[in-house]
Amino acid sequence: MLNKTFNKIYDTDIGYSFFNSKIAMISSAVLFIIFLCSIFAGVVSPYNPFDPASVSLMDAFTPPSWSEGGSPSFILGTDQQGRDMFSTIIYGSRISLIVGFASILFAMILGVFLGVTAGYIGGRYEIIVMRVTDVQLTIPSILMALLVNGIAKSVISQSMHSEMAIYVLIFAIGISEWPQFARVSRASTLVEKNKEYVSASRIIGLSNVLIMFKHILPNILRPLLVIATIGLALAIITESTLSFLGVGVPPTTPSLGTLIRFGNSFLFSGEWWITFFPAIFLIVLALSINLLGDWMRDALNPKLKIR
Amino acid sequence: MSLLKVKNLNISYPTRKETIVASKDVEFTLERGEILGIVGESGSGKSTIANAIINLIDPPGEITSGSIKIDNDELRDNEELIQEIRGKKIGFVFQDPQTSLNPLFKIKDQLIETIQTHLNLDYQDALKKSIQLLEEVGIDNAEKRIEDYPHQFSGGMRQRVVIALAISCEPDLIIADEPTTALDVSIQHQILELLKDLTKKRNLGVMIITHDMGVIAETTDKVIVMRHGLIVEQGDTKELLTNPKSNEARSLVISVPPTNKKIDRFKLISPDGKEITSDSKNLTKDIIKTWGARENTNQKLLELSGVTKIFDDKSLVSNFSFGSKNETTTKVVKAVDNVSFELFEGETLGLVGESGSGKSTIAKIITGLVRPTNGEIFYNNLSLYNSKRKYQIDKSRGQVQMIFQDPYSSLNPRFKVRDIISEPIRLFQKNISSSELTQNLYDLIDIVGMSRQSLDRYPHEFSGGQRQRISIARALATRPRLLICDEPTSALDVSIQAQVLNLLKDIQDELHLAMLFISHDLPVIRQMCNRIVVLKNGIVCETKESEELFNNPEHPYTQELIRLMPKIESII
Amino acid sequence: MIVVAFVSFSLFNFVGDPVNSMTGIDASYERQAEVREILGLNDPVYIQFSRFLGNVVQGDFGISYQLKREVSDLIAERMPATLELVFVSALLAIVIGVILGVYTGIHRDSFVSNVILVVSLAGVSLPTFIIGIMLIYLFSVILGVLPSFGRGEVVQLGFWATGFLTVSGLKALILPSVTLSLFQMTYVIRLVRAEMMEILQTDYIKFARARGIKKNAINYKHALKNGLIPVITITGINIGTLIAFSIITETVFQWPGMGLLFINAVYFVDIPIMSAYMIMVAFIFVMINFIVDITYYFIDPRIRLKEEAS
Repeated sequence: MLNKTFNKIYDTDIGYSFFNSKIAMISSAVLFIIFLCSIFAGVVSPYNPFDPASVSLMDAFTPPSWSEGGSPSFILGTDQQGRDMFSTIIYGSRISLIVGFASILFAMILGVFLGVTAGYIGGRYEIIVMRVTDVQLTIPSILMALLVNGIAKSVISQSMHSEMAIYVLIFAIGISEWPQFARVSRASTLVEKNKEYVSASRIIGLSNVLIMFKHILPNILRPLLVIATIGLALAIITESTLSFLGVGVPPTTPSLGTLIRFGNSFLFSGEWWITFFPAIFLIVLALSINLLGDWMRDALNPKLKIR
Repeated sequence: MSLLKVKNLNISYPTRKETIVASKDVEFTLERGEILGIVGESGSGKSTIANAIINLIDPPGEITSGSIKIDNDELRDNEELIQEIRGKKIGFVFQDPQTSLNPLFKIKDQLIETIQTHLNLDYQDALKKSIQLLEEVGIDNAEKRIEDYPHQFSGGMRQRVVIALAISCEPDLIIADEPTTALDVSIQHQILELLKDLTKKRNLGVMIITHDMGVIAETTDKVIVMRHGLIVEQGDTKELLTNPKSNEARSLVISVPPTNKKIDRFKLISPDGKEITSDSKNLTKDIIKTWGARENTNQKLLELSGVTKIFDDKSLVSNFSFGSKNETTTKVVKAVDNVSFELFEGETLGLVGESGSGKSTIAKIITGLVRPTNGEIFYNNLSLYNSKRKYQIDKSRGQVQMIFQDPYSSLNPRFKVRDIISEPIRLFQKNISSSELTQNLYDLIDIVGMSRQSLDRYPHEFSGGQRQRISIARALATRPRLLICDEPTSALDVSIQAQVLNLLKDIQDELHLAMLFISHDLPVIRQMCNRIVVLKNGIVCETKESEELFNNPEHPYTQELIRLMPKIESII
Repeated sequence: MIVVAFVSFSLFNFVGDPVNSMTGIDASYERQAEVREILGLNDPVYIQFSRFLGNVVQGDFGISYQLKREVSDLIAERMPATLELVFVSALLAIVIGVILGVYTGIHRDSFVSNVILVVSLAGVSLPTFIIGIMLIYLFSVILGVLPSFGRGEVVQLGFWATGFLTVSGLKALILPSVTLSLFQMTYVIRLVRAEMMEILQTDYIKFARARGIKKNAINYKHALKNGLIPVITITGINIGTLIAFSIITETVFQWPGMGLLFINAVYFVDIPIMSAYMIMVAFIFVMINFIVDITYYFIDPRIRLKEEAS
């Protein structure tokens, strides 16, 4: 049974492309492992670094286990507060992933909805939506996210900051990413709108809502998937940048970016591992997602001739 | 010594699943002063051969063996020679004039560049020559127009520019790949005459690739018929067309709709060479049982009165620029201008015209896809548009249906065939039981002559002709009384066209459907319609019974259309 | 623009209590009322907004909460630093990006192209700050060749303090501009490459080949001209993104520009600086958009001649 489904997938163009691309397979494998680790963080990581009881300042600044002074109980060493690096990285990546996924999901839902409706309905509605999209596209996402974050910070009272920080962050990054989805959805919708199967549905009197979301939407998913993947990488990088700058997630639930910030101060005094390992992890994460997205873009592109 | 000698040419496309043979053991010659036509249905390999001669086959295709000689010089594996010859000895004309020219360069620059690449002329001489060339291909005011950009020329003019580019360096051989397929009938005639002219004047060898038998009959001296990469027959055009020997050639010739008389059904050749002459097969008796029989009352079903449609095309650029220098340019296009006609039950009314005649727009107005600016449309004596110009779908509820031109975009690629056909059924009969629905689906797929297994497949698994059949099944699902056919077979090969048109005729006979048949193809219209409306630029030129129209056209435009349409009989 | 101004204004007035931030939490009620009066916060909204606009147009952005100085002075001080950085980075990103993009587009499968692509992928996956840190570590700490922070010596030309004219100024410019440009460069490379590949498959290129036009002419004349059009739009967005990312770069390298100013403002919820920054940046974006539109108009004959089309 499994064999049969495997063969069926392998037979499709995409499946063939996937199994023939070492890059795609390796990236997905890496990503899969990272996902699993973050979901089961409690099980995978040897310690819970955010439980104050398990952390002791005595262990602070322990170098990685293979260098002098290191200890096997802390594989990658500890940071300035005595937390195990390996564990912090796993928990940190969980935060990074959560923020990344949530914000892209938000951006996608908002962007696709606006894009499809704008493309289909047209008229002034379309012009307004596209105007806003265009204007926002010239504003880079970092700036957007910073702005929204900054405004939100001043609106929300000080005490609520920590609790709301993550939601604000997700909202901010989501707001900065939706125009891409809107633009592509609208362009694809315009193309599909002119196709004759849409006319056929309109002739029998199918409601516009049904046409948009039952007929057109499934046909525009391919390019959206590519953007979502690459957008995910961008969202993760944006989040880590914001956290690095100090305006991202609160320090109590650090993401990879926060960890890098923590370690930055110790980089030149010799405790390089505090920054190094989170940074490497972040790079691997972003790189895998980008490679996967790149492969997807080529595999799903009808214009590139398949060999 | 022949100008072009092709021997044992084999071309294949290795894909991951299999190697597709695009051409096998192709052999032919072409002399100076001769026009050779290569004809075949889509996928026969005719374009590939043309591309192979100048070694411009799209990868991953490649020539696996064979020889191509120009004036006894071997071209294969001689990249240097090929590079020299391209443009200088062989001129190429592609199908689509819209995409053949670089939009960012003036015509002048494209011409001069080509000339200076091969001939040793300085700028001034090259410029003079370019202007001469434009005049030779029939572009007026050449000195001024040479400074224009491609998008400032109309389709026919652009193709003339393309031809000018092709002959600019005095080639001996011209290869034209479907040079007139994208053009209107009148322009097509002009371009073909131009090619014939040039052949004589310059003693060229010309190779024309086409799927249009009429073009073959009127333009070529010799013809090659191809099928699945093989040459099935070749010889003198007149002889081949009057007396085709191979089955494929016979099938091609016989499926072409005759232009000089009306016949009952389109002729077909079965694979073993015998002519199919069966009558209507009583296809629809099952579904009539479910629908209930309809009497043919011959009443007036559809009426258009003074319908006009004006398109406002506000320049989008001005909408998106900040305080830009472009003013709002409103391009006003009168697509339909005061059109009136009537359609009765059981009859087929044809709308014929070239591009821009408004025939498609009229279809869209009748089905509610486009709102008319003025005029009334009555279905069964009820107005289809209310006072606010909003389409009243409940007045015609599924009784007006349409099949479209492009088989590749008329079916949603993500839906299974059964979902495509059942959607309209479920919309109109909300409480239909699943067994009734399945029975309906079976009936419909039987009518259009496809297997019941097709229901569980996806559109991309079917050919163009099969997809049109599925579209017909979908259209019939709502029990229509009026079927609008918008160029339903223009994208299909000639023998498939014959099959689909026969099917439509049969269905119409048995279900007493009224049909509005839209096409630019005059012979097809003659065969399919009882009455014909001739349109030009949105205006009705003439409305007549079909036989009378063809035998006795009154309006000058009609007369010209009939005169210019490529006739396969011309050679016989 | 008006929208942006309004948003800035609302920020300024309704978000948080400006008076509190300025006078400190402990100030007495009288003191606060006094300040309110001076700042005109008791006037109705529309008067405040028009005053705000009037001020902005004159370049008066108010006083920073935190630094207690005129915002316009602060900005004028910092602007040259940021602009020079952005300018150099933009130049790097576009010039190198286009060259490499064209190369990889034309020579699709060569080894060199693949190397370039892999490296460019790294550019997209590495957050700017990581690149900055890595470069600092490599060049400043290990090799000790280039400075790791600051601008070096600057020469004052009128109100513009430029780092171009001193060796230390130029040296200090290298690492930050490379860091800043890397992300954009990658983007440009991939865009140009995709464009070139698509163009090389069009009919008019095929037709040019059929006419015997030489390969180099096709690649570098025909294809390139068509391929550069989207680059122009990108340049516009580029500059915008660079200005944004300069925030990060300035933070990492302690480069005294507007970005650093802004980040601190966000941290300390220093509204006047934030709103001033927003307005400045919005203004620059609008100008860029406008210039891009105009350039498009001149380069693409299809748009220019639309009115004359037959």
